[in-house]
This record gives sequence, structure tokens and C-alpha cells, in this order.
Amino acid sequence: MADQASTSPILELQGVSKSFGAVQALDGVDLVMHPGEVVALVGDNGAGKSTLIKGIAGIHPFDEGETQFEGREVAIGGPHDAAELGIEIVYQDLSLADNLDVVENMFLGRERTTRFGLINEERMEREAADTMAGLAVTTLSSVRQKVAGLSGGQRQTVAVGKAVMWNSRVVILDEPTAALGVAQTRQVLDLVNRLGSQGLAVMIVSHNLNDVFEVADRIVVLRLGKLVGVLDASAVNQQQVVEAITAGTLPEVPGMAGEDQS
Amino acid sequence: MSDTTTPDEVASATAGKPQGFSEAVEAWWVRVRAGQLGNLPIIIGLLAITIIFTSLNERFLSSVNFVNLIVQVAPLAVIAMGVTFVLIIAEVDLSVGYLSGVAMVVLGRLLGEQGWPAWAAILAVLLLGAVAGFVQGWFVAKVGLPSLIVTLAGLVGFNGLVLILIGGRGTVVIQNDVIIDITNRYLPTIVSYVLVVVGALAYGAVHMARRGRRARAELEVEPVNLLVVRVIGLAALGLVAVYFASRSRGVPFVAVLLVLLLAGLSVLLFRTRTGRHLFAVGGNPEATNRAGIDLVRARITAFMISGAMAALGGIVFASRLRSVDTGAGGGQIELNAIAAAVIGGTSLFGGRGTISAALLGAFVIMGVDNGMGLLGLSSGFKFVVTAVVLLAAVLVDSIARRGQKRSGLA
Repeated sequence: MADQASTSPILELQGVSKSFGAVQALDGVDLVMHPGEVVALVGDNGAGKSTLIKGIAGIHPFDEGETQFEGREVAIGGPHDAAELGIEIVYQDLSLADNLDVVENMFLGRERTTRFGLINEERMEREAADTMAGLAVTTLSSVRQKVAGLSGGQRQTVAVGKAVMWNSRVVILDEPTAALGVAQTRQVLDLVNRLGSQGLAVMIVSHNLNDVFEVADRIVVLRLGKLVGVLDASAVNQQQVVEAITAGTLPEVPGMAGEDQS
Repeated sequence: MSDTTTPDEVASATAGKPQGFSEAVEAWWVRVRAGQLGNLPIIIGLLAITIIFTSLNERFLSSVNFVNLIVQVAPLAVIAMGVTFVLIIAEVDLSVGYLSGVAMVVLGRLLGEQGWPAWAAILAVLLLGAVAGFVQGWFVAKVGLPSLIVTLAGLVGFNGLVLILIGGRGTVVIQNDVIIDITNRYLPTIVSYVLVVVGALAYGAVHMARRGRRARAELEVEPVNLLVVRVIGLAALGLVAVYFASRSRGVPFVAVLLVLLLAGLSVLLFRTRTGRHLFAVGGNPEATNRAGIDLVRARITAFMISGAMAALGGIVFASRLRSVDTGAGGGQIELNAIAAAVIGGTSLFGGRGTISAALLGAFVIMGVDNGMGLLGLSSGFKFVVTAVVLLAAVLVDSIARRGQKRSGLA
């Protein structure tokens, strides 16, 4: 894993809030992401995890707070703005069309065309195969397979490949191992680690603390829409994280990895 | 070869490029056993229909009847090609039958009473079809009403419109030569042969160019000899068909129209972003939306194509009948068009379909109709037999899909 202390933040949220009607889903949350670093976002149901990533993705823009990308103040008003900046989200239900093949899915909505306006299948297939090779994906026998025939782990791989193909800088994975078996979870976690070591800023949303400790450098804990704290994954144990999630209490050991770490 | 196929075998057979003739046959067989039948069931079905009806009445397989069949198939095939676009986005269009009827009446009146030139009348009618498709598509995509109901309203409404537009005239006679020539003029035999050869060579050239692009992108390529076999096969099939037709009146103009539509719409469906997005909408609308594709626009596009093709089908129909009466657009054209697409292998659940499926399916439906007619059987028998054929086709499709599920392909 990269040494995040030497890099400046790529994405920085300061005091972001979001309410839906009378419900304050997110209240003054700060978050910093560095290139090459894997951040885990944890919290109980209703803690505001989804609201936070949907805000970053531009699906439900934040009501208040500042967003900085590479030190510049930016406004993410829609999914298009996020994609422009190089922020890609891999959703829990993956957003793949079963009746299309891997290449078609990876380029869906962003198909390469020739000068006659026809789809440039050759270029797309080449780029898709290169992306998969770059991620050291060996589980796919062909990028021309229909997604319908893929296993859960292979689908997750395709979804991640789709996200990182577009010169993305920040990749957010929503519950990437939720529906997977042991071997497939292993594949996906390896992939998450590789993304980090390739210099991307990665955020993984997960309920599974084993997975979190496996890949995360820092753990961001949310509770009832508020930031409980940011923990250094190497300095805390699972029990302490569980307490932070459920009771909102932080460990007394100096496991705090505050915003001043960079 | 073992009795079972492994997922990896299936994957390589469905996605990889065969490296020789025997390998190509082997890959095809793996695909068939995995339930990816392609056009196989319908070709077997067409052969069965030909054998059964020819054994009952040898005139079925005569040159005269072959030419007749092409002309009879044309309007239904055109309409079925259009409906395929709507079926792919997992919707249905029941209005195409009477919409083609409206197109026929409007065409007849524009040419006759208004004295419009043929090209202007054809354009106006195609535009009318597209607008009708737009309105129905808008109700489905933007308002969110079920397409079954919207196009059922279209069916009833367009039927009424046919009656209103015909009014007290009883029939509108088509006298325009351009329109009549579509189904009543025949290509000179030598021109037909030349067109077949040119078409086969063009097919070969397109695939050679694609092969070159794949080689430059360092992707797997198909061996040249397999492509040569395909081009020769295509040319041979065309030449035999032309020879057979030339022993009667020859190849009607409308056959060229069908081939052009088959090629053009296939390119639209499989080689453009518009077509790709229609498949995506049919497969997973939510994923399509998140990919930044405008669902409303994609859905309306499908209905507009369906409407314009229904109008074109009406033009071809008017050419064949040479007159339009109050029955225009009747006779369950919409159901036959949907049946034709489904018989050919297009899914009613969306996400899967081809233009060739619609064309071949139309040949099955009209082949049965034509054969029963030669046997002197009533409409009642035609309907019953068509129903059996439709059920058999859907049954084969559903068994094939079960095979695909077992093989992890669907």
C-alpha cells in the first residue's frame, strides 16, 4: 500500500450536509482521500454511508459544505460532473446489462465510434482487454462473453474494470463483496488492493469488518449522519470499530488518524 | 466430445474465434447444445413447411409460387422488422397493423385526390408513421403508461381513422406507377445475378475490412478460408434463388427493398450507439440510466422506427393490392408481425432480437398461409395452423433458454 503521508489529498470534503425533508441524513461530515490509499467507510444502517457516496457521485448533491478536488474548489451537481473529475462508483447491484457482453457493458453510454458514426468494436475490445490485463484479471476467459454467464466475482471484476477504464482517479465501491463466496471475495479484495497500489484513491463501503481490515488504510466511521472519527486500520481492532459504529465511542488508544496526518 | 459442456467450453465457443473449418463446426455444435440456437430452429421450420406443403401440393415449390410468396411476405416482413425494435426494449406495439392501414389510405388519397408525386407522398406517409410512433412512445416513455394499453388504444384509434379517411368512398384506387412497381415490376435477370454477386462481394469486403482492423488491434481474427466459405455460400444461395425466380416472372423490386432493409436496419441495431442502447434498455434499464443514456429518448426512438416501418409496410401493401378499402390494416397484421419476430427468435421479454429473425419469421407465417391457400383450406384452418407454429416456436425458444440457463448463458 502506498505511503499516503507523502501525497496531497485528491478529494477533500469539509462539513458536507444533506437532508431529505425533515431527515438530516448527513450532518457536517469531513472526509479526505489520498491517491494510493484505501479508505473504508463503515457505519450501521441509516448512518449516512449511501448518502455520502451519492453526494460524491452527484446523484444527490450535498446541501452544504465544501468539496475540493486536487486542492481546487469544485461543485458536483450531477453524475456527469463526477465522471468529468474522474470519480467512478461501482454500485452494489453492479449496473451491468446481462444481455450484453463484457466489452459492451464496459463502454455502455461511452461507446467509441468510427468517423462514420459506427461503433468501433475493435478499439473497444482492445481497450477492455488491456484494462482487464492491467488489473491482472485472469478469471475472464474472454471479454466477448455475455455478462449473463459470469459468476458474481467475475461481474464485480467487470464492474470495477468499467470504473477504472476512464482515467479515473477516485473509485468508490459500494458493498463489493456482499453477495460473494469465499474465493470470489478473495479475488475482489485482491483487486481493491491492486487499485490502491496503482495510485487510485479507493473508498470501500462495507459491513464486513474482516474485509475492511484486509484492505483499508484508514477507517471512516459514520453514525446517525455524523462523523464518529477516522481510525488508523493498523492501530485499532475489530472490537473497537464495532464500538465506534454502534455506540459512537472512540478507542482511548491513540488510534486516531485525524485530518492532520498529511 | 463428451456429453456435457463445461462453462469454459461454452465461453470459448460463444466468444472466441474459431481457427479452422472443423473448429468452427465444433464451436457451433457446442453453442447449439448450450441452447444458443441462432437461426437454426427457424431454418429447420422453413424446410419442414416446404417439405410438408410440397408433398401435399407440388405447386407450393414452383417458381410462380416462390415469386408470389416473396410479394406476400414483403409487407408483413417490413412491419415485423419495425416491431422488433419495440420488442427489444421489452415493450410491445399493437398499433402497427392499423397504422399501416392509415398509411395506405393517406397514401392513396395524397396520390389520387391531391395529385402529389410519389416521392412526396411516400415521404409524407413515412413521416406520419414516425409521428404516430413518437406520440405513442411519448405516452409510454415519458408518461409511463404500459405500452400494451397505449398501443391498444392506437390499434382501435387507427382502425377508426381508416374508416373516417375512407369515408363514403368505399375504396381508394392506387394508380401511381412508382407505387405499383414496388411489388409488380421485376428486375431483368442479368441485373439480379449481378446484384447477388455484388452483394456477396460487398459482404466479403466489409468482413475483410473488419478482419484487418481486428488484426491491427492485435485481436483474434477469423481465418480467411472460413470467410470465403461464407461469401461463396451466400452467393450460391442468392444465385439459386434468382435462377428459381427467373423461371417465372423474376425477382420483384420489393425483394431488393427487403435485402436493403435487412442490411441497413441490422447495421442500425448492431453497429450504432442507438441500437446498442436499445439492447441495454431491454436488458437493464436501471444500468442504462446510470450509464448516462436517456431512457425516454431511446424508448421513443424504438416506437418511431416501429411506426415508420409500419407506414412503409402499408405502402408495400398498397402496391400489392392496388387499392385501399375499409378493411385496410385488418387481418391481425400486428399479431402476425409480433408472431413473425418471436418465431424468428426475438424475445418478448426484451434485450434479444435480430432483423433476420423478423424476415425469416414472416416467411414462416406467410408460407403457412400460402400453403394452406393452395390446399384450398379456409381461413379458420390457417389461423389454427399459424397458432400451432407460433406455440411450437415459443416452446423451442423456451427450451433453448433453459439450456442456456444450465450452461450459465442466460
